[in-house]
Amino acid sequence: MYDYNEFDRAFLAERNAQFRAQVARRIDGSLTEDEFKPLRLMNGLYLQLHAYMLRVAIPYGTLNSAQMRQLALLAEKWDKGYGHFTTRQNIQYNWPKLSDVPDMLDALAEVGLHAIQTSGNTIRNVTADHFAGAAADELADPRPVAELIRQWSTDHPEFQFLPRKFKIAVTGSPNDRAVTRAHDIGLRMVERDGETGFEVIVGGGLGRTPMIGQVIRDFLPRADLLPYLEAIVSVYNLLGRRDNKYKARIKITVHENGIDTIRDLVEERFATLRTAFNGADQALLAQIEPQFAPPAFAARDTHPHDIAYQNDPVFRSWADTNLTAHRRADHAIVSISLKAHGATPGDATAGQMRLMADLAARYAYDELRISHEQNVILPHVARADLPALHAALKSAGLATANIGLISDIIACPGMDYCALATARSIPVAQEIATHFDALKLEHDIGPLKIKISGCINACGHHHVGHIGILGLDRAGVENYQITLGGDGTEDAVIGERAGPGFAAEDLLPAIERLIRTYLDLREGREETFLDAYRRLGLAPFKAALYPEARDRHAA
Amino acid sequence: MPRFTPKVVTANALIEGDVIYLAADDSWTRDLARAEVIEDEAIAQMRLLDAQRQAGQVVGAYLADVIPGARGPQPAHFREDFRRKGPSNYAHGKQEARKQEDTANV
Repeated sequence: MYDYNEFDRAFLAERNAQFRAQVARRIDGSLTEDEFKPLRLMNGLYLQLHAYMLRVAIPYGTLNSAQMRQLALLAEKWDKGYGHFTTRQNIQYNWPKLSDVPDMLDALAEVGLHAIQTSGNTIRNVTADHFAGAAADELADPRPVAELIRQWSTDHPEFQFLPRKFKIAVTGSPNDRAVTRAHDIGLRMVERDGETGFEVIVGGGLGRTPMIGQVIRDFLPRADLLPYLEAIVSVYNLLGRRDNKYKARIKITVHENGIDTIRDLVEERFATLRTAFNGADQALLAQIEPQFAPPAFAARDTHPHDIAYQNDPVFRSWADTNLTAHRRADHAIVSISLKAHGATPGDATAGQMRLMADLAARYAYDELRISHEQNVILPHVARADLPALHAALKSAGLATANIGLISDIIACPGMDYCALATARSIPVAQEIATHFDALKLEHDIGPLKIKISGCINACGHHHVGHIGILGLDRAGVENYQITLGGDGTEDAVIGERAGPGFAAEDLLPAIERLIRTYLDLREGREETFLDAYRRLGLAPFKAALYPEARDRHAA
Repeated sequence: MPRFTPKVVTANALIEGDVIYLAADDSWTRDLARAEVIEDEAIAQMRLLDAQRQAGQVVGAYLADVIPGARGPQPAHFREDFRRKGPSNYAHGKQEARKQEDTANV
C-alpha cells in the first residue's frame, strides 16, 4: 500500500481547501454554473438525474481496511447508506448535497483518497489487474508503476485540458484482467531477455466507436515508461481533434492518422523527453516500490479448508466459483460477489463495507481490491481461514457463489441515475440474475459474461461482453440491442450486433432462447458459451433470437 | 403547422440536486403536479429565461414535454417519468419523500 507523504497530504489539503472555497462561491452566487461546472468536474462531482454524484478514485483498485471503513462512513453520514463500485475502480455516491461535498473530500483525505480527475478531459484514475500482487500467473506487481502514473498524471499542468478524457490501465499478467486493449493506453508487462518492460497499446476504447487498441511499442524498458507515456499524451494533446466531441478520443486520432504516423511522432517527442526526465522518476519509483512489498505470508496448513471442501456443499460451490489461484499454494484470492441475485450490481451497504474491512484486517493482511467487474477482492487469504471467512460473508449476504457466471453482470447505473443514459440497465441485470437463479441453470451454463450499458458510451463494457446489452431510446421507448462474442481479455474482440433491438419485456425471453440454444449445441460442459460462439458463429444464435425471421424463410 | 406540445420548466435544485419544476407563482416545486403547464411557445421561452435567471437556486433549467391530464401534467417521455419518481432499484429520491409524507398523513 502506498502511504501518503507530507507532500501528498499538503497537496490534497490545499486542493480540498480550494474546492471548498469554490463551492462557497457557487452557493453565494459569485460563480455561475458555467464557471463552476469545470471546477466541480475536476473534483469528481457530477450532477445526475436526481441528485449530485461524487465519484471517488480507488487508484489501481487497491484499498486498506481503514480506507474501506471511511468509504462506509461517507455512505452513512452523507449519502443513503450505500456506495456503487464502478467499472473503472471508482466508488460513486449517488445522493450527496453540494454543501456537504467539501466535508466528504476532507474525510477522504484523512485516509489518502480523493476524487481528483475522476471526471473532465484529463488523465483519469489509473486502473490495474484486481489480482495484482497475488495472482499465480503474474510477472510482477503492476501497482508501483500504477502509483507512479497516478502521481505523474495528477494535476499534470500540460494535461488538464486534453481534447477528451484519457484512461490508462496496467497489468502484470499475461492473462489480461484489466481490459488493457480497450483503454486509451494499455500497458502489459512483458519479459524480454530476462528484463521486464511493457508492451504499450494505444487507441483502444469502447463507446460509440469501439476499437481494440494497437501495439505502438512491443517492448518498452521499465525505466522509459513515464517519458514514453508523456510523449504519447503530448502528441495526442496537439493532434487530437477538438472540433467534434465524438471524434476527440485518441482512438480516433490513431485511426485517422495511422499507427505508424503516431508512432513516429511519439518516438520523436520521446527522444526529447527521455533526456529531460533525468532519472527523477526512477528515484521516485524506487521510493514507491518497497511500499508494495508482499505481506509477510504465514505458512499455514490447508487442512481446515480441505475438510470444509469435502463436507460442506455450500462452501464447495462458493470455493469453486469465487476462488482464484494465489502465487502461494496455501493461500487463495477471494472474490466477494456484489451481485447477489436481484441486487444492484456493484452496490455495497455501509454495513457490508465495514464487514469486508474487518475481514480484510483479520484474514487478508489488511488488503482489499475493487475489480472492474464491480466485485470486491481479498487478494491474500490463507486457505485455512476460508471456511471462517465464508461463514462471515454469508451472514451479510456476501457469499453468493457466482463469480464469472451469468448473474455476475456488469451494469452501468443507466437511466436510474445517469444523466447521459438512454435506457435503464440495473433492472435488466436484476431480472436476468433472478430468472436464471430461479431456473437453477446458472452453474450448468458455466462461465458467461453479460455486460449491460444504458447508452452508447458503454460504461458497462457491453462491446466486450460474451453477451452485450445496449439500452437505447427508440421513439420514446426503452429498447435493447444484443451483441454477441465480445471478449475483454488478452484476445480482445468487439462483439457482433445480432440484429434489431428488443423491447424491455421481450429481452429476457430472448436471452433465455440464446442460452438454451447454447446448452443444446455445446459439445460438452467444458465448451463455454464463448467457445461455442466462436465455433458456430452468429447464425444459430441469431436464429434463436429472431425465430419469426427463421419461420418466414421456411414458409 | 404542428401543434405545440405543452411544456413545464424543470431543473435541479442547487444544493440538493433534486428535480424541481417552476410553478405559476414563480416558486419551485418538487411535485410535477403543481408545475405550471405552458401551452404557448413564446411564453415557454420567456418562462425558461425567468428560470435561468435564478442561478442561485437552480441548475440546468430546460423545457420538458408534458401531457396535461386531470391529475396534473404527466411526463411525455420515460426519462422525465424517472426524474419525477426516482430510481427503480431503491425507494429513494422523490418516492422516498412521498412514502414519508403518506406515513405522516395516516
